[in-house]
Amino acid sequence: MNIEIQNITKRFNKVTALENVSTSFSSGQCIALLGPNGCGKTTMIKTILGMVIPSAGVIKVNGKNIHNDYIYRNDIGYMPQIGKYPANMTIKEVVETIRKLRKPEKDIDLELYFSFKLDEIENKKMNTLSGGTIQKVSACVAFMHNPSILILDEPTAGLDMIAMEVLKEKILKEQAKGKLILITSHQLNELEEILTHVCMMDEARILFFRSKEEIKISTQCDKLATAVYSLFKNIKS
Amino acid sequence: MKELLILISKDILKNRTIIAFAILLFCITWSVFILEDSNEKALHTLGNLVLMVVPLISILFSTIYIYNSTEFIELLVSQPLKRKSIWMSLFAGINVSMIFALFVSIFLPILFYSPTYLGFLIMLLAIFLSAVFISLGFLSSILFKDKARGIGFSMILWLFFALIFDGLILFFLFQFSDYPIEKPMTVIAALNPIDVSRILLLTEMDNEALMGYTGALFQKQFGSIYGKMIIVCILVLWVFIPYYFSLIKFSNKDI
Amino acid sequence: MGRAFNDGTMRFEIAFVILILVPFKIWAAKYYTVANSSSSDIINTLKKVKDYDTIYIKKGHYKEGNIKISRPLTIIGLNYPIIDGELKYELISIASNDVIIKGLKLINSGHSALDDPCAIKVYNASNIVIEHNIFENNFFGIYIQEGHNCLIRNNKLNAEGINEHEIGNGIHAWKSTDLKIVANTIKGHRDGIYFEFVTHSVIWRNIAENNIRYGLHFMFSNDDAYFTNTFRANGAGVAVMYSKKVVMINNKFENNWGAAAYGLLLKDITDSTISGNHFLSNTMGILMEGSNRIEIDKNIFNSNGWALRVQASCMENKFYKNDFLNNTFDIGTNGSVVLNNFDHNYWDKYKGYDLNKDNIGDVPYRPLSLYSVIIEKNNAAMLLFRSLFITLLDRSEKIFPTITPENFIDNYPSMKANI
Repeated sequence: MNIEIQNITKRFNKVTALENVSTSFSSGQCIALLGPNGCGKTTMIKTILGMVIPSAGVIKVNGKNIHNDYIYRNDIGYMPQIGKYPANMTIKEVVETIRKLRKPEKDIDLELYFSFKLDEIENKKMNTLSGGTIQKVSACVAFMHNPSILILDEPTAGLDMIAMEVLKEKILKEQAKGKLILITSHQLNELEEILTHVCMMDEARILFFRSKEEIKISTQCDKLATAVYSLFKNIKS
Repeated sequence: MKELLILISKDILKNRTIIAFAILLFCITWSVFILEDSNEKALHTLGNLVLMVVPLISILFSTIYIYNSTEFIELLVSQPLKRKSIWMSLFAGINVSMIFALFVSIFLPILFYSPTYLGFLIMLLAIFLSAVFISLGFLSSILFKDKARGIGFSMILWLFFALIFDGLILFFLFQFSDYPIEKPMTVIAALNPIDVSRILLLTEMDNEALMGYTGALFQKQFGSIYGKMIIVCILVLWVFIPYYFSLIKFSNKDI
Repeated sequence: MGRAFNDGTMRFEIAFVILILVPFKIWAAKYYTVANSSSSDIINTLKKVKDYDTIYIKKGHYKEGNIKISRPLTIIGLNYPIIDGELKYELISIASNDVIIKGLKLINSGHSALDDPCAIKVYNASNIVIEHNIFENNFFGIYIQEGHNCLIRNNKLNAEGINEHEIGNGIHAWKSTDLKIVANTIKGHRDGIYFEFVTHSVIWRNIAENNIRYGLHFMFSNDDAYFTNTFRANGAGVAVMYSKKVVMINNKFENNWGAAAYGLLLKDITDSTISGNHFLSNTMGILMEGSNRIEIDKNIFNSNGWALRVQASCMENKFYKNDFLNNTFDIGTNGSVVLNNFDHNYWDKYKGYDLNKDNIGDVPYRPLSLYSVIIEKNNAAMLLFRSLFITLLDRSEKIFPTITPENFIDNYPSMKANI
């Protein structure tokens, strides 16, 4: 499993969201995608998902160009920052629907469904749910098809501590299976234990992409958050 | 694709707006049949109603629905689904629900009171007009990112086809009354989906006698099977072209 | 005393003479019965008869060419014997007064536009009765040329005319007086009933339908009346032209629908009355041209394209207490100044109110819609018929009149149907 990004540029009218970005992620990695607001993180995720179409450059997933393709998304589980669902559907219906929409059907992994105790409220309509519960549904949906690539956009926002721990455990479990996991987050502390790599973006470019250990050694910091921060400052100056 | 279509249709049929619309239209249709002294006259009234209300509701509903489904569309796009299938399912889903609403509200009373050729023609035109204006609604919702602007543009489109277009025709008829403008104007009027439906209804309602030379012209141009096929073609094009442009736009849209 | 006696004798004598004479006349009239044996039974019999004889014709199929009646005579068919003109002859020619023709079935007169062959033609005769006959597939049905005091009653006339030039009229009267045309049914002829220079006549309880041109056609015929007739689905309706003092009461004008059709065409008509008629589903209910001093009252105009089209050349006509219901246009006109009077009519399009509850609307009504004015100026605007734009335009014109003529107005619109 790998994602190869080659010379991607994306412009929205006059704003440049990605400027000639090249990198590659491969299986077994759990990458934190970091950067200040508006640095292009979400755009990057969306170009990988095919939601945003790059102005220039090529993205390959498992060696295949994703342009005009959609089947590769069978291998990707995506948890959006703010998941929104048809208001009149119940949790159960949403999960059912997504399951039906994805073909070919793989083994369904409903571990999160039960560990988040969504089964107890499965007949509630989506428009009655709190932001946190919706996040749980999103997470559940992302992991459901046992995809080999997981893209989680701000998974920690809105989740309570217990749910957070459940999710982390799940991520670790999946990572152990050799999956590629891409997470955007601002809360590095919470994720430190599960991360293998950090990818730092700034002003539409990738500032650095290094493994956790490498960062800690080069900055001689024990805490990842501090290490990343000092590295960021070093490179910027 | 099929799953998606069922899903969207179900969602729309649970939509309060469409239920309210169906109930309102149902009451109007039913009372038209009860109040008018003959079924044929009721069909005339109903024809006018269809020409005015169905386009308005269709374009507004489809525009608003697309804007309200932005997040859902986002979710769908991240799934392994073709964008074309998503857009097509949305289009088909709204059409199916609209036809269902029309069926309950207009078709049932027609079938009950007046299952005549004219009645079936009105039903057919209702379906066509709703498809045309759903298609236009798709176009305006994809052209504008801002919801208010998109809905405004839809309103303008409806106003244009329902009202302004005819005003312009009248203006040109008087402006160029010294020239043989009648025939080209008939052709131009036929380019407006509402007008062409109205003209088709007029030729079928035996009104052409009232309309003198213009009526004879209508009858000649659109009264034959050939002419009716042209009208159907025009309507099909009106369904297809705006939808096609919206589809291309959607396929390349950043979501 | 003697004078009184004398008077009594006179009376007695007169009575005696009458008593002698009356049976004498009855005995003089002989009865003949004709059966269908040879090719000219009727014509042979006609050679034998004397004045006022009666001929009974038995059921059969008679092909005798032209039958000419030149003396007073009664001809009665038993069980509708068929008199067949074989599409060559005029069937019966009447050239004598006091002829009665009854109970015949007259078919297949000659078809020629040159000499107008008829089933029955009356040549300059009085006191003719033509009743209870059936006419089928004739060029002209009954043709009365200079007839006087004729009764045409209870006949059924059927033809299958397609082209105006290939068929004659059902009942055609020319230069006649005192005709009574009663309870006939006329279908498929050119004109159902045609009057030219006919005066002091009555047309009553006839039905004329599906005739190619007019159900009833009046030309230069003054002092006539027609009551309680039905004119239905004729090519162009009913035309009353160049006549004076015509009374039209209680007739029905229905389903005269076509590009140039109308219920009733009035062309150069003066001093006439149109009352209590019912105009239903005509392209135009009444079309008036050059007609003056006509009283049009208590008529119902229902579901017509135009209830009335009053051309600019019409003056001093009075329209009152009529009901206008479900017409596309109540009035059309090609003029702007109309010197006619419209009061106390019921207009179903009237949206006014009646605060003092006297059944007269408090706001005057303008029956002429803006759209009908527009169409008059530019017929192509029919393109926009029943469009939303036109509906709104008409509504706004009703509220703020700008184009429609100021004096085209009903000052006392009725709140309820008058009839």
